Amino acid sequence: MEQEPLMVQVQGVGKRYRLGTTNRQQLTDDVKAWTAKLLGRPDPTLPVGAAVDPQRIGEDFWALRDVSFEVRRGEVVGIVGHNGAGKSTMLKLLSRITLPTEGTIKMRGKVSSLLEVGTGFHPELTGRDNIYLNGAILGMRKAEVNAKLDEIIAFSGIQHHIDTPVKRYSSGMRVRLGFAIAAHLEPEILIVDEVLSVGDADFQRKSMGKMKDSAASGRTVLFVSHNMTAMRSLCSRVIWLDNGRVRMQGPTEDVVGAYLSNFTSDQSEMVWTELDTAPGNDVVRLRSARVRPDPDNGTFSWDTDVLFEVCIENLKADDGRHLNINVQVLNNDQLVLFATNLRENTPDADLGPGIHKVRFAIPGKLLNPGDFRFNLMVHYQGKLQFQTHSIIGFTLPEPVRKGAWHGKRAGLFRFPVAWQHERTSAGDQ
Amino acid sequence: MKKEGAMTPEGGAHAAEGHWDVVIEPSTPWWRLNLGEIWRYRDLLAEMVKRDLTAIYKQTILGPIWVLLQPLITSLMFAVIFGLMARMALPGIPPVLFYMSAVMPWSFFAGVINKTAATLITNAPLMTKVYFPRLIPPLSSMASSAFTFLVQLAFFFVFAAVYRISGSYAWAPGIALLTLPLLIILEMLLALGTGLIVAALTTKYKDLNFLIGFAVQLLMYMSPVIFPLAKVAPDSPVRPLLEANPITPVIEGFRGALLGTAMDWSTLWYSAICASVLLLAGLALFQRAERSYADVV
Repeated sequence: MEQEPLMVQVQGVGKRYRLGTTNRQQLTDDVKAWTAKLLGRPDPTLPVGAAVDPQRIGEDFWALRDVSFEVRRGEVVGIVGHNGAGKSTMLKLLSRITLPTEGTIKMRGKVSSLLEVGTGFHPELTGRDNIYLNGAILGMRKAEVNAKLDEIIAFSGIQHHIDTPVKRYSSGMRVRLGFAIAAHLEPEILIVDEVLSVGDADFQRKSMGKMKDSAASGRTVLFVSHNMTAMRSLCSRVIWLDNGRVRMQGPTEDVVGAYLSNFTSDQSEMVWTELDTAPGNDVVRLRSARVRPDPDNGTFSWDTDVLFEVCIENLKADDGRHLNINVQVLNNDQLVLFATNLRENTPDADLGPGIHKVRFAIPGKLLNPGDFRFNLMVHYQGKLQFQTHSIIGFTLPEPVRKGAWHGKRAGLFRFPVAWQHERTSAGDQ
Repeated sequence: MKKEGAMTPEGGAHAAEGHWDVVIEPSTPWWRLNLGEIWRYRDLLAEMVKRDLTAIYKQTILGPIWVLLQPLITSLMFAVIFGLMARMALPGIPPVLFYMSAVMPWSFFAGVINKTAATLITNAPLMTKVYFPRLIPPLSSMASSAFTFLVQLAFFFVFAAVYRISGSYAWAPGIALLTLPLLIILEMLLALGTGLIVAALTTKYKDLNFLIGFAVQLLMYMSPVIFPLAKVAPDSPVRPLLEANPITPVIEGFRGALLGTAMDWSTLWYSAICASVLLLAGLALFQRAERSYADVV
């Protein structure tokens, strides 16, 4: 059988960033740096303190190194990896937003990359005008937009507001319109970020369906995600990036399985002493996260509570009542067992500027023993500030059982089930 | 593997195993402009021009009339302050016409510089999410400014014709009117070149962002906008400054073309040379800056 032609060829690609680059933004800083160098003094513009180990300033940091892979026509290839493994950098390179430091990337045909929907929407323009603008930004020709205009409007489901300025749209409407445009691109290669899979369930279903259609019609899709369920249902092949290098690539099941089993070594406590390196942004940051048995006797067991505790530093979210913390508890298959958020029972807790400790307990005698991890999302005034996946985790060991069978019991939960028995009629004999 | 040009535009059939439509390499030589790619994105250029022209005047009561009011009000102010009070205008020409003939091209020039200079900053949210030729935003803001300028120019002709019909001033532009297209192109290239240089430098030095506004204002006083070059004595210490300014011949040229004032047309050569140098330097610096730009924002 003849092989499908190569559509993407990535050869020895690397991307280097410089650690602690100060990126002097004032002319006078450059002058100071030069004169200091001339006089043999330390550069005054370098950051003070140990945000980055002073020994390492100016040291190179390779976000990606020596990455090579190929994608043939009609393949749907997933890219997985932990945070900071180089997935976003790979996306940026494939999307031509930034250039590699070494190596080459070659692609055939029209390439569309969707790192966001509705990029470049102008609030003053109507929905209709924005279809043309956004379509053009995504590389569509005007004739193409003309031909698909009715279809796009119908798909977005906002026919009645299509001639209203986009600034009057709800965020949901914007996303729908943006996605409707993106869905009607007809590229040979589609590069999709997982940000597209956020949004409500309906939207997720729509975007997943559209990607499946793309693949079915012979399009080549590169898909970056943390969502293993989506990976398993969409991709024929997966590339696992780890520390900027390709750790493994091959059939989806093999790579996803290896990737997931790699999670078990998760720590039960993380502490970030340097504000700059902690997860978060300039509004709010994570200082520490910890999970421990309660009471704290050092070992997790099926029948004791598990306490989850995080320290959050609010830097400038003045309205502390609108800061919310969402936590998801996942099992080894990346399946969310349950989600909870701070506002559920403490709607008035004021998390104003300062450091706050929040905690909740997962009751004992509830989860079926196994490995568990936590995802954390912090919202301020409804806007996502940051999210971290699998920051910490814990293992509930299999309790010692009296029975003869020692295999793993199926299911997500294991709680005392009150079986009852009564004899409804006496036997004949 | 056969090497192709960096970021080669989409070619014909991609069935041939050796041909790649997109080749991303660590560096693109600055002279590789890839005009073909810009041409393929011409619809984006058109959409951005449309966006600029329609979005600015939304929510204003007078709407597009502002296009005409802006130079008219400035010219009136200049006519009263510099023309009537300081007597800087040329005698025999109505001060409003005299100032309009220079204020219109000047605000075109200043507008293109300012918008081009800010292009990498104002379009940052777009440029960190989607790829398109990075020269498209500056080109589109230049095109929308040019469109505005042409509307103003048409308005000027109507205005001047009214003077002539009412008999208050015998407006009669000569053959010099034919130089208008040349003057417009020269002005666009000068402004684009300067703007691209500033845009490239602002990514490194954010201070320039604030400075550029003042610098452009200062440049106006070093150009024959509020006074004709003829009013500056040949031995005046500011004369060499004015003559060194490459926009001086262009502004004088507009006056000569629109009002028939005396003008040394040969000085346009100087402007043309400056425009070429600035444009080449601008393109080179801009290309260099946009390449590393996504890594620093």
